[in-house]
This record gives sequence, structure tokens and C-alpha cells, in this order.
Amino acid sequence: MTLVRPADGELAAFAPVDFGAFVRERGAHAPVMQPRMGMSDPAAMRAGLAATKRAAASTVGTITLDSYTRVGDLGAVTEALRQGIALNGYPIVSYPERQTAEVLAGLRGRDFPVQVRHGSPVPQAIFAALIRLRLNATEGGPVSYCLPYGRTPLADSVRNWEESVRRYAALREQGVEPHLETFGGCMLGQMCPPSELVAISVLEALFFHHHGVRSLSLSYAQQTNHEQDVEAVWALRRLAGELLPTENWHVVVYAYMGVYPSTPGGCYRVLGLAAELAARTGSERVIVKTVAESVRIPTVEENVAALEYAAEAADLGRTGTPRMPAGESQTYLEARALVEAVLELDPDPGRALVQAFRRGLLDIPYCLHPDNRGRASSYLDEAGRLCWADLGALPLRHLVRPAGARQVSSSGLLADLSYVRRKFDEECAVLPGGRGLPPEQQRRAIVSSR
Amino acid sequence: MHGGAALVADRRPTVVVSGVASDSHTWNLVFLQLLIEELGYQVVNLGPTVPDELLVEECQELAPALIVLSSVNGHGFQDGLRVAGKLRDCQELAATPLVIGGKLGIGGEQNERQIGELLAAGFDAVFQDGATGLADFQRFINTAAGANRLAGSPGVPA
Repeated sequence: MTLVRPADGELAAFAPVDFGAFVRERGAHAPVMQPRMGMSDPAAMRAGLAATKRAAASTVGTITLDSYTRVGDLGAVTEALRQGIALNGYPIVSYPERQTAEVLAGLRGRDFPVQVRHGSPVPQAIFAALIRLRLNATEGGPVSYCLPYGRTPLADSVRNWEESVRRYAALREQGVEPHLETFGGCMLGQMCPPSELVAISVLEALFFHHHGVRSLSLSYAQQTNHEQDVEAVWALRRLAGELLPTENWHVVVYAYMGVYPSTPGGCYRVLGLAAELAARTGSERVIVKTVAESVRIPTVEENVAALEYAAEAADLGRTGTPRMPAGESQTYLEARALVEAVLELDPDPGRALVQAFRRGLLDIPYCLHPDNRGRASSYLDEAGRLCWADLGALPLRHLVRPAGARQVSSSGLLADLSYVRRKFDEECAVLPGGRGLPPEQQRRAIVSSR
Repeated sequence: MHGGAALVADRRPTVVVSGVASDSHTWNLVFLQLLIEELGYQVVNLGPTVPDELLVEECQELAPALIVLSSVNGHGFQDGLRVAGKLRDCQELAATPLVIGGKLGIGGEQNERQIGELLAAGFDAVFQDGATGLADFQRFINTAAGANRLAGSPGVPA
């Protein structure tokens, strides 16, 4: 396989900025904002990128791929394009390179790097397309893009990711710095206790580094309690600092990925807290969510509004220079115990991860994948903190006294899953001036009421 | 949470819960499993991104009282149309109650025409997120699969 087969001379000569270096520099004082955005129509995709670039916020661009491309069903992409059925993302593997080059032309540059987001346990074709297009920022991971999403055996996903990451890392020989973000801090979107999110994020970053990538970011998805989230992001920063053999890493905070509020006020409040979480912990990047999230795929305008709102909220949320709290928090201790137990299994991080899941040293609550033990479980306490109900075989017995296995009912699960929606929809219903206003004024009312 | 071989000794009728081929969402499936179990069935949960062929094979083997497909990624309409035909082409699944629900298109609610197409393709009912919702689904399962449970044989249409 040829590593770089440029669409034309211009593409071959194109030396994109290092996404990691860019975000670390721009995000040093306030987090860089990023949408989740992918359209199947190239013109719409280009318009979305242009609007992101123009937004009144420090931003980076996103191309999110469609679900058929993610699962490797390229036949379904062709069929949908032929019939004119809109896909839920940009089919980068199926479009000719020139088409994608045109989407990017004049938009991506030293002031506007673009990240490709997918979600595939079989990402070889996607990585090959990125390499040809010199799209040098993407995300994922052998665990986080496998276990939550399907039935691909974890060992296969690890092999696929090893092969892809090595090829991607070889871009460095062409003078292009490839960047990879772990998706491990977002496992299943909700109900995974923060210490395990932190641990998997760090382990995937170590996996990427092991296979040659030197520009890294580590994700953490906002959960259900703000103070617990702050503790978790600091734990992530501390462990990353201790374990990653490179300076070129940053943290990206995802606005809540679970059941989202249904009122505009509730949506903006959750997004505002995600931005504040990043600002308080010195995290360099935020992936935003929009007011449309609970109903449908958002429009470009809704995305821009979310980017601008989050930038404003991060500004307001920052009080002085963030400093890592002294002492080892509970989340840090748990995350470190998980990471150490996994790394002791094998010097190769991929093999270590496969063994860890086999033995239940990593075990994701509610994950249906055949390679997940499914013995660990979690619940929300009265304050909305994510707690362990049952540890299964997780190596945390010296640190955690689990609440004991609880019989989960469908209504109990639904209550936990919709905790954030309920809490923030209700909170915003009583905010002065927060309801009944058009979104623009409403969000200002919410920002100023804090 | 896992289905499969461990459930062989269970005498409750089986319901297959499954995502469709391109949909990677899990929580809808976890919730449906708990809900259907509470209604007195055992559930084999095939999880997200289940290829058509695997869904057909598993259903042929399990001869379930009901097949519940759930999709929230916006491709449920296309994926549902396609797989319904493949399920209905199997003689032993020709009359098995088959339903789909969730967010089936990328533009919010599906229009009447698309629901009609899904029903014509072989679904016995289509449940849309928000519009008809959970109560309708519970009513359906209490009648369709419930009648089937009493009859003790697969294949009572809605």
C-alpha cells in the first residue's frame, strides 16, 4: 500500500499544522471550541467548516464521518448517494480525493486545523484516506471505538488500530505531524465511573505513543456531577503528565454525551458547565453540543451558536490560573490502580488491554460487547455522583467499598440515564428570565445569572 | 446483561432485541432489555451494529416470540427496510412479530409515507421516538407477543 498518493501536486506539497501544537498554543489561556459536524453533501460540509472558522470563538474544524463508513459498509454509502438519501456524516472513503480536497481548499490552514471524527473498530480504509489527504488529526482508540459500538472482537480492533496507527505515524517521515485523540474518556457516553474513563483515556494514549504518534490528546466526557468531573480531569492531567513520554499532549472535554436536556436553557446550562470544567482545569479544547441534540442532528447555525456560547462561558468560568489541587484524589487513586494493573500484564499496551478485559481488570458497566465481562456496575447517588455498585474483578477493592449489586429496573436505569436532562431542564425553568426568551437572549440571561 | 447460551434453561418466551447494522447506540438496547424482561420475557440482546446476516441467523436459531429492532442514528429507515425483507424471506420468520422504533430518520419524525413503507416491508408496528412512544410499545408487546406466549407457538401476527 502506498502511504501517500496525493490527489495532485498541491496536496503533496501541503504541510498542515500540528493539531496538537495549535491547540496547546491557542488553548493555553482559554479552551479552543470544536463542533461535531458531518454532512454527506460536500458543499454543505464546506459551508459547515467555513461557518466554524468564522465563528466568534477560537475554533478548530470537524469532519464527522457517516455510520456506513464507520462500519465499513461502503456499498451502502454508494447506494445512498445514488438514491440521493442524506447520510449522517461525510463519506470520506467513498468520495474522490479531489472532492475532499475541494471541501478543504482555502479553509484548513495554519490558523484552522481540521480533525476527522469517525468511530470505527476497522479503521484502515479511513486512515488510508486521511494519509492521502494529509488530514493529520483524528481520534478514536482500540477500546473506545470497539467495545461500545458493536461486535468486532477486541483483539481484532487492537490489531486494526495497531496497523492504522503505525501507518499514520509514518506521516512524520513526510514532515507531517499526525495527531491522535483518545476517545476512551467517553466510554458509552454515560454511567461509566470517571476513574475508569480516565484510565482508558490514558491507556489509549500510551497505545498511540507506543505505535509512533507523538502529538496526543486525551478525552474526558462531562458526567453527572460537576465537582466529580473537576476531580476527574485533574486526575487525567496528573496521570498523563506522569505516564506519557511526550510533552505534546492536551486534554479535550466533551459536553455531556448522554441524554441531553430538552429545553434550550437546560442545553446551554450543561454546555456552559462543560466549558467551565475545561476552564477550571486548564483543559485546552472542548467538544460542544447544541440545543438540537436531544431531537436531531444540529444545523450549522445551531453549532455556531453553541461554539460561541461555550467560548463565552469558558471566559466567565475561569478564575485565575488553574492550579492542580494538592494531594491524591479518590478518582486519581482509582485510575492509577486501573492503569498500573493493566500495564503490568504485558509490555505491549494492545495485548495488555485485551488481557485486562478478558480478566475483568477493566469492565465497562452496561456495555453489551461480548468481550466485556459485564460484572461491574454503577449508579448515581443523591448528589448525582457516579459510584460503583459492583466492582466485578476490577482491582479497586483496596480503594472502594461498593454499594453492593443493585437490581436495576428499566425505570431506575431511565431515571439515571435522564438525570442530567431532568436536573437542568428543571433548574432552567426557575432561572430568572431563562424561559420563554428567544435562544440568544435566553443564553445571555443564563450566563449572566451565574 | 448478556444473552445467549446461559438462557437455554429459561422457560420464558424469548424476545430478540437488536440494533441495526449501521447503528452503534447501546442505551436504547439496554433499556429495552430491562423493560421487556420486566414484562415477563427473556431477552437475547444482540447489541449494536448487528449485521443483517447475523440478525437473521440468530432469529432463525432462537425462533423468538418477538423481534424488536431499535435505531437512533438516523439510518433506521434504510436499515430497517433492508433487513425486514431479509427476515421475512426466511420461512420460519415469515410471521414472527417484528417491530422497529427510535429516531428512524435524520430529520426528526418520519412522515406517513416512510412509515407505510416500513409496514409494507414487513414490520408489524413502527414506534417513533416522542410521537407514539413507550406506552404504545408496551401495549403492543402485551398483545402481540403476549398472545403468542399464551399460544406457546411462534408466529402470531399483530
